[in-house]
Amino acid sequence: MSTIPLQEFLRRATEKCADLTHRATIQRNIDSYDVAVAKGKQRFSDWEAARSRCSEIKAEAIAHLDRYLEQFEGKVKERGGHVFWAETAEDARQYIAGLAQSRGVKTIVKSKSMVTEEIHLSGALEKQGAAVWETDLGEYIVQLRNEPPYHIVTPAMHLTRVQIAQTFREKIPSEMNGEEPPQLVAAARRKLRKAFFSAEMGISGANFLVADAGMVAISTNEGNGRLTTTLPRIHVAITGIEKIIPRLSDLATLWPVLATAGTGQPITTYSTLIGGPRQPGETDGPEEFHVVLLDNGRSQVLASREHREMLKCIRCGACLNVCPVYRQIGGHAYGTTYQGPIGSVLTPNLKPSAGFEHLAFASSLCSACGSACPVRINLPHQLLLNRRDAMAKTGQSGSRTMFRLFRWTAMSSVRFRVMGWLSRKGISTAKALGIAGSKLDPMRPWTQYRNGPEVPTQTFREWWRTHGRQ
Amino acid sequence: MPKTVSLFVPCFVDQLQPQVAIDTVKVLRRIGYTVHFPEDQTCCGQPAFNSGFWDEARPCAERFLKIFGASDVIVCPSGSCTSMVKSHYPELLKDTPSYNDAVTLGQRVYELSQFLIRVAQISDVGSWFPHSVTYHASCHATRELGIHDEPLTLLKNVRGLELRSLPHEEDCCGFGGTFSTKFGMISAAMGDTKAGNIEATKAEYVTSIDPSCLIHLAGIIGHTRRSSKPIHLASILAQEAQ
Repeated sequence: MSTIPLQEFLRRATEKCADLTHRATIQRNIDSYDVAVAKGKQRFSDWEAARSRCSEIKAEAIAHLDRYLEQFEGKVKERGGHVFWAETAEDARQYIAGLAQSRGVKTIVKSKSMVTEEIHLSGALEKQGAAVWETDLGEYIVQLRNEPPYHIVTPAMHLTRVQIAQTFREKIPSEMNGEEPPQLVAAARRKLRKAFFSAEMGISGANFLVADAGMVAISTNEGNGRLTTTLPRIHVAITGIEKIIPRLSDLATLWPVLATAGTGQPITTYSTLIGGPRQPGETDGPEEFHVVLLDNGRSQVLASREHREMLKCIRCGACLNVCPVYRQIGGHAYGTTYQGPIGSVLTPNLKPSAGFEHLAFASSLCSACGSACPVRINLPHQLLLNRRDAMAKTGQSGSRTMFRLFRWTAMSSVRFRVMGWLSRKGISTAKALGIAGSKLDPMRPWTQYRNGPEVPTQTFREWWRTHGRQ
Repeated sequence: MPKTVSLFVPCFVDQLQPQVAIDTVKVLRRIGYTVHFPEDQTCCGQPAFNSGFWDEARPCAERFLKIFGASDVIVCPSGSCTSMVKSHYPELLKDTPSYNDAVTLGQRVYELSQFLIRVAQISDVGSWFPHSVTYHASCHATRELGIHDEPLTLLKNVRGLELRSLPHEEDCCGFGGTFSTKFGMISAAMGDTKAGNIEATKAEYVTSIDPSCLIHLAGIIGHTRRSSKPIHLASILAQEAQ
């Protein structure tokens, strides 16, 4: 990457914060999400207990990840499926690209998968001449616009109907016969049906890998997932190793919790379980079934006792939706595959040298994410740990000097009074000189966006000396 | 048994918002408590802790434990600073000799509204404030300390006060400590959203139990030329009929 992630983040965040239309669009979309989720939670007799149960299931899976993955692999192989362990993004790309090449695949349909975004799969497949179609409507829209997904669950959340219509007019004019939502959906459907019927390979993600059943569980709302996994000759499911769960019966809790946390639905429209290629005597299903299990840094996270809980994530998007930072800057500002609070803590750990440490600091630590997480990942705590790790790693000599001075000040009430006096003098002097908020103001990081505080004539401890002691 | 509390005054309240602490003293005295202010106190260390400098924060925490070690009950007019001591000291001092002290002291420290309702068991402190007021539920108080009804109960018992509910009252105001200066544009956008919600209530005052939210909101409201006046809960409770 040629740009520095922090600089790029600051640039995009500044731009988005000033874009009132963008902020209003996100606010409107997330407000409707809020209403749906609040209603959805009421369908549970005890939402908090359901969260705890999901947290336990995922923690158990993570604690015995190796065993459950091998159990899954064994079952898939028994039914004639293939399992490929990809240590890196490159390994996964090569395997899938190699497969496509060796089978003469020219057209590929994809259902929604953030892992394929993580490993930049589509680009690699297109490079060798394959046509790659995103078939989730939101994903298709952002693909047409050459944009990455804006949100891990709702990739086109940032767009209005008018913007989508404009994109379609430019990119697929021949399919258009109106600009109302049903007509836009129909236009995309006409285009994508052709792709479904010509595709030789379908690539999907997986919401869960069920160890005892050896099955891939996929939750979708548009039916494109089922077409992707059953129509083409070859089905490749790719996902992260942390998606394993111990038992089929765990889905009884995980499926409704995922849907509720993600969109407020009782359960997604299509809940699919796939265990292998077409079996003898079966009339449909793919001839070949491959599962790619991606590590790509996850083992490192697993190795850390403190950070391990992040692997419980089921990618529901709840922490993004409740995050006041995400609500202001939106998904593209992060410059990461996974946005919002989970992305801010996961990215620096999955890609330690990619320069995303600043994301943990781009948070007010409001804890809304932690309260929303359906698997009880302590996200605010993870943000704090990431901040600590980032400072230990990068040194940040400027900040360290500042906090050494802070410590020196705070360790004596005399020094505290003196430094306090100096700071108050600084604020009132800037005001008196009329430079508050200007580039000359030492308080500018504060006063650039806000009025400075009124400086009182006496501190509390001065007041206490005269009025306090009884 | 004499009723005595020790006052924990956040560093920036001491320096920039002394009225919040003065009003806290007035309220506590009015309901019959003797207030003790350990004058050696400075800062709880939260700025360093939240910025990732745990080694710099740790001595502040140890110092705090010494200064307040003998106090039976500690009261603080800030949810965030209370939560630093209650929720984060044990983590910060894990594997140190001070760990047990941190846990036990954490059980004796209360945010003001929490203290009034849960410990003193007083929901009417005899105040009079004839104005419309809306309440901003601050993050650490709400989600780390579990404070929801306490401030509202107190406000409902203030004579003359008209309480107006704030849309999205539990959303962050955007302050976030050093976040407010490191990522000022995001902090200000969040503050702008909050200030817009406050404005929509048309309340004369916006109150909170966190003075840091209020100093930020005052700056945003002033900067964006809005008119609601931020005021700390303690300052409302301190008002009496003339």
